[in-house]
Amino acid sequence: MYTKIMVPVDLAHADKLSLALDTAAKLSKLYNAPVTYVGVTASTPGPLGHNPAEYDQKLAGFVAEQAKTHGIEADGKTVVSHDPAVDLDDALIKTARETQCDLIVMATHIPNVADHFWPSNGGRLATHTHASVFLVRG
Amino acid sequence: MSDTSGQGIPDPEGPSNMIDTEYEVGQDNISMSMGPFGLDIHNPVFAISGLSIVAFVFFTLAFQDSAGAAFNDLRNWLTGTFDWFFLTAANIFVLLCLFLIVSPYGKVRIGGKDATPDYSYTGWFAMLFAAGMGIGLMFYGVSEPISHFSSSFADNAGTPESWAPLGGAAGDAVEARNLGMAATIFHWGLHPWAIYAIVALALALFSYNKGLPLTMRSVFYPIFGERIWGWTGHIIDILAVFATLFGLATSLGFGAEQANAGLNHLFGVPINDVSKVLLIVAITGVALMSVVAGLDAGVKRLSEINMMLAALLLVFVLIVGPTVAIFTGFFHNLYEYVRYLPELSNPFGRDDDNFRQGWTAFYWAWWISWSPFVGMFIARVSRGRSVREFLVCVLLIPSIVSVFWMTVFGGTAITQLVNDGYQLVVDSPLELKLFAMLEGLPLQQITSFIAIVLVIVFFVTSSDSGSLVIDTITAGGKIDAPVPQRIFWASFEGLVAIALLLGGGLGALQAMAVSTGFPFTIILLLACFAILKGLHSEPR
Repeated sequence: MYTKIMVPVDLAHADKLSLALDTAAKLSKLYNAPVTYVGVTASTPGPLGHNPAEYDQKLAGFVAEQAKTHGIEADGKTVVSHDPAVDLDDALIKTARETQCDLIVMATHIPNVADHFWPSNGGRLATHTHASVFLVRG
Repeated sequence: MSDTSGQGIPDPEGPSNMIDTEYEVGQDNISMSMGPFGLDIHNPVFAISGLSIVAFVFFTLAFQDSAGAAFNDLRNWLTGTFDWFFLTAANIFVLLCLFLIVSPYGKVRIGGKDATPDYSYTGWFAMLFAAGMGIGLMFYGVSEPISHFSSSFADNAGTPESWAPLGGAAGDAVEARNLGMAATIFHWGLHPWAIYAIVALALALFSYNKGLPLTMRSVFYPIFGERIWGWTGHIIDILAVFATLFGLATSLGFGAEQANAGLNHLFGVPINDVSKVLLIVAITGVALMSVVAGLDAGVKRLSEINMMLAALLLVFVLIVGPTVAIFTGFFHNLYEYVRYLPELSNPFGRDDDNFRQGWTAFYWAWWISWSPFVGMFIARVSRGRSVREFLVCVLLIPSIVSVFWMTVFGGTAITQLVNDGYQLVVDSPLELKLFAMLEGLPLQQITSFIAIVLVIVFFVTSSDSGSLVIDTITAGGKIDAPVPQRIFWASFEGLVAIALLLGGGLGALQAMAVSTGFPFTIILLLACFAILKGLHSEPR
């Protein structure tokens, strides 16, 4: 049913993603669909690395761990954005198109008043890509 | 090389020399939520700068009557007492930049030896120009050359009451013109851009090559070592926030004055505090939309629109104004600038106190108070350029554009005055001189309208890029902090501008810009040393 799964990950909050990661892994096994884990970073030094190359290494480590733990086929993709606080959705939409995924599994927050001002990430992805979007309440 | 490379972590892009520190970007940050909004802020930089500014706005508005006089005295005291200090410091910045361009350090690449630029020349240049000069070019493009020309030409030139540069040239229209243009270009040429270039280079180097967070404190690692993560660093960052906020508020004040004057000129909108406050509120609203849209979709796009509009206005004045005189004037003014440069930049033994203290020292303090903001913004968009390319582009090209801009706007106005006896450019108040000059040319309704739009867009591009910068500093160098924080700072820039305009007008704005510029000058002088040390350890 699904041939490729994309999972956006925020490595800074990897501990809060476990349910979404498990869900993605189970779906990957069920449909025999490889998973691409996508991380968005800036080129300036941040908590997850001094530069994109360092971030990429961290993501690669994360991907290897996921593949080993769940026994799935997986790869990682680092997207460098000039302004990740704002451009996150666009970066993910672009990557979803590039990777040609047909399912996106992502963790979501509990909706609140702010959602009236800022559209949710999942909502925007569903609007702007052809993939199905599975939001996992963390 | 640092230990990190030994752990198998790659260097930036190609060889560079990272600083080995235990500090992690954002380790002192507090992540919390305020109502529905998430926050990720540096403790205590955010709290101290935020609270001080709220208190400042409150007290200025509460004591409007006494605040105005106090601000004016403060400004006059600082520029009067420390003019030599501002002038000397700015000279050091220019000399250091020129040295770095020709020295082997010029080969160091920002972001590592193999880094490639993030932005094309057009987008990059548009952003650095829109952030760096902005409203000032609109406000002073006509008014400054005309002011220097008239004071130099006046009979009292050279007396202690005169505001003429270098004693002026009483009764000599040709020399007064030369002096007026040279003095204006002096204030908009190499010196301001050298100030920006120093801050930008320092930030870019210590962030992209050395791997430290993108905040002012990082620059001082070679001097203070690990202490920059403590109170030494907090104070540097807090000063940077103050300087940025008050420097920006000054420009926003100028922008509001000029937009109000322009709207009055065109549409009869009354000139009063209500109009100015409404203008600041409306324009801050647009800036809010721009920061929420982000660096690429908001700030960069607006900067490009700005450049196009500015170019349009420039070309228009060039064509309908005295075209031949402008072209010859460009080279002539450049020559006069170089000729007068040693005298104008000399900090000691001069008699033109009013000019040196009231114009030059104020300008240098103002540019310096802007420098953390413009510098950080330039740093953020300059990854992948070599130090030489970076300095040539940040120092020389904008300076030449400024010479051209001043020649076109100021030169046209002086020609109108001298050749046609067009008195309006002299008689109008500062904020109206641009519109007075345009009135002497055809299609003035359209060009004045474009000029107002330009003032407003410049206003927006300064406010939005400023909010990004303050947000980064108060988030401990993180550039992905939650968006509501940017909204807080963008709104407060508007509020500070309003508070200062109501509590003392432009004098108050200028006083605060100068007061925050002064301590920051000391910080920048230290930064020069840090740059040399940092560059020395980079592979070339």
